[in-house]
Amino acid sequence: MPSIDETLGQYSELFILLAAMTFTVALIAFCWDLATASRTLQAVEDRLARQQVPAEAAVGAGRTGGGGAAEGAVETADESLEYAGQRRPAARIGVALSALGTLILAAGVISRGLAAHRVPWGNMYEFCTTGALVVAAVFLLALTRKDMRFLGSFVIGLVVIMLCAAAIAFPTPVAHLVPALQSYWLIIHVSVAVIASALFTLTFAMSVLQLLQARREATAMAGRPDRLAFLRVVPSALTLENVAYRINTVAFVLWTFTVMAGAIWAEKAWGRYWGWDTKEVWSFVIWVVYAGYLHARATRGWTGTRAAWLSIVGYLCVIFNFTIVNVFFSGLHSYSGL
Amino acid sequence: MSETAKTSGGLEQDRPDADAAAELARQAEAGPAGRAAAPDVTLPVLGFAGMLRWAWTQLTSMRTALFLLLLLAVAAVPGSLFPQRPANPAVVTQYLKDNPDTGPWLDKLQLFDVYSSVWFSAIYLLLFISLIGCVLPRAGHHWKAMRSQPPRTPRRLSRLPEYGALALAADSPVTASSAVEDAARLLKRRGYRVQVRGADTALPSVGAERGFLKETGNLIFHISLIGVLVSVAVGGLFGYRGQKIIVEGDSFVNTLVGYDNFSPGTNFSENQLEPFSLQLDKFEVVFDRESKTHYGQPLDFTAGMTTRDAAGAEPKQQTLKVNEPLSIGGANVYLVGNGYAPVVTVRDGDGNIAHQGPVVAVPTDGAYTSTLVLKVPDARPEQLGFVGLFLPTALENEQGVAFGSDPDPFNPRLYLNSYAGDLGLDEGEPKNVYVLDTAGLRVLNDRTQESGGIVLGPGETFTLPDGLGTISFDGLKRYVALDITADPGETGALVFSSLALAGLCASLFVGRRRVWVRAGTHPDGRTMVEWALLARGEDHRLAAEAAALRKLLEKEWLAGSARPADNGKNGGAGSAGATNS
Repeated sequence: MPSIDETLGQYSELFILLAAMTFTVALIAFCWDLATASRTLQAVEDRLARQQVPAEAAVGAGRTGGGGAAEGAVETADESLEYAGQRRPAARIGVALSALGTLILAAGVISRGLAAHRVPWGNMYEFCTTGALVVAAVFLLALTRKDMRFLGSFVIGLVVIMLCAAAIAFPTPVAHLVPALQSYWLIIHVSVAVIASALFTLTFAMSVLQLLQARREATAMAGRPDRLAFLRVVPSALTLENVAYRINTVAFVLWTFTVMAGAIWAEKAWGRYWGWDTKEVWSFVIWVVYAGYLHARATRGWTGTRAAWLSIVGYLCVIFNFTIVNVFFSGLHSYSGL
Repeated sequence: MSETAKTSGGLEQDRPDADAAAELARQAEAGPAGRAAAPDVTLPVLGFAGMLRWAWTQLTSMRTALFLLLLLAVAAVPGSLFPQRPANPAVVTQYLKDNPDTGPWLDKLQLFDVYSSVWFSAIYLLLFISLIGCVLPRAGHHWKAMRSQPPRTPRRLSRLPEYGALALAADSPVTASSAVEDAARLLKRRGYRVQVRGADTALPSVGAERGFLKETGNLIFHISLIGVLVSVAVGGLFGYRGQKIIVEGDSFVNTLVGYDNFSPGTNFSENQLEPFSLQLDKFEVVFDRESKTHYGQPLDFTAGMTTRDAAGAEPKQQTLKVNEPLSIGGANVYLVGNGYAPVVTVRDGDGNIAHQGPVVAVPTDGAYTSTLVLKVPDARPEQLGFVGLFLPTALENEQGVAFGSDPDPFNPRLYLNSYAGDLGLDEGEPKNVYVLDTAGLRVLNDRTQESGGIVLGPGETFTLPDGLGTISFDGLKRYVALDITADPGETGALVFSSLALAGLCASLFVGRRRVWVRAGTHPDGRTMVEWALLARGEDHRLAAEAAALRKLLEKEWLAGSARPADNGKNGGAGSAGATNS
């Protein structure tokens, strides 16, 4: 077994700290964008409204909704999620810093793997850092196709939380794997689990926004004032629901594969493919909750808000399975490195 | 289960209500007298068969399936909160001992056997019945749909979610019927099943449908889940699982008496055990000696085994490692644990050897600080018992308390207390070999006694007080803990879960789509073509498919020729609409 390169391991930790700082600034930029973009939009609309009112008065037509914030209509971002409209400098800074942070984080994760001569996902610290990298990379990848910058503060916020958790709660110096983890199934099972979790992270953010947006839409329908103005840059609840569903279907397939690959590995390591170990129980619970979500989408009365709640509950189970189960529950999956 | 379930399940579910509504309507017609009597008779009389029918439609409805799914998720959780008998029987016993008030109640609720409990089984069996009730009718519908032609062409295509149209110049060689033929050919090449209608009429059209794989995948997924359940059941019926500890130099023969611990399946018979044998020649461990932070962490466990497929068979040298089980005689052998077995000799008060051989010590931490129990029922005049610790590398702190500091045997020590009296082994009741109940025994040695505790290094001998004998630490061996399992349902579970995964992918990612293309001739001689697409179920790529179809048709008919002026999406639609009316 080749020796651990401890110097490189220390550089890796430094990279990851740097990445955490970069992402923190990116997070501030994204929050700034949410706060100002809606204000800018409001200003533009007010100006348009002022220009339109005399014109409308002259025509005398009973048009409604011209000013945007009129009764019954609620302003949301475009359904197609294409880049359009006015410039959002703060969001641009957020995206640029996120890209920079992702590069630094990638350097940290890769150097960790090189230092240990193995894949960098063998303990909690490494799941967190690799997971954060995948979340950030998937988000940036999505940004190249669609304008999902409204998700920035949520997704990058979660990335910052993951990196802080790694650095503060689960710090583990780079080391070899114990015999139980020395299997090629570690590469397959855990990598797919990390990707699935990253996608669930994205849909979690979308489902939370969907609930907020649905509430805002209901408020607007009732004619009450809009208290969640920052949601102007966020698409409608229905769009969020549809996009989240598309991502959740992919994540669900990956999670199914994760559970299956885990079962195959369990058979290789422990002589049974399923034994209701605490980790297995919670992986099963996650699978069933998201299966429930997919069914809810096809059940009358369960689409929309209820399905979003299921998606959120599913993600809370993912978080519970990763943190509480790993740290506090005893079981065969005791590899947290703590 | 997608929209078919939604509509069919929903309609069936509503049937009792519909009956009630019809009844109300009938009564309303009957006049004021009927209405007055309504409160007594609005409940439709279902009868026994009706009740069954109602229960069945309820059970197979999507809403019930969803409810059962979520209930299953909730019901699985307690299994992670309470110790479970199948995995950890000893922990359950300890839990019951520590919680004498709540323990028995929890046990009555089967919270220590969650996954074989009545309530958990009821949920998943109901779920599977609901699944079968949903899947079978759908399979029938799907079978019919796969063998039927695409649905008839709607009269107004422009009302469908995706619509497009083209007008071809009057001098183009494309006629209405050839346009439809072309469209049929192109759609067929794109994987659609096509049917040309009214080829001889003025408005020929083609109906096309694709994506039957979506529903096929959906059905395969759900049926495969039944297959997985059956495979699990087969494993539970005919499989077995046993544990055996083998000390270096010792061997094991695969018979029922050879096991330390054996859990057979419900229908297991002893004939299933093939008489293979295993001998542990050498067990090697490697600990990390380079890392400062993970010094002493295990890096490798390798067991060198001599195996024989049957009593007289040729011996084979095989290596057993973690994650690399041995396959022998229809069973798999797994390396699940290891530890030290100090070789100990006990001479009794009469000077006879009462025990000689390795004693399995159970490691409790990364430094292999191991607990050790030795019962010597053959000792005379009194039976002897020893309880204590084995430390591979013993160090002492300032208070003189020993602790293990390394997993390798650099300074092996035994720290023991000794007892004399009736060990309670003669009543024939099975006793845990790793626990000595010292309640009825007389203490000979421990730290509080004048005689002190027993501390032994290799080669040393300790003389027990009262002339009851001696104990000596002769040497050190390692042992392996093996799991030996056979699960005939394993292959089935793998095959069915792989099928389920494939089916799931098909049902989620294949788009079920219908396309209709209609052509006609405008009075001014142009050939007008319009088409429309409709998705069944969720299909976010329908617009992309519509665009691809437009591209294909344009390439087919307009390549090289100038684009007619009204070929824009809207202009085309307008003129084609005129053709239609």
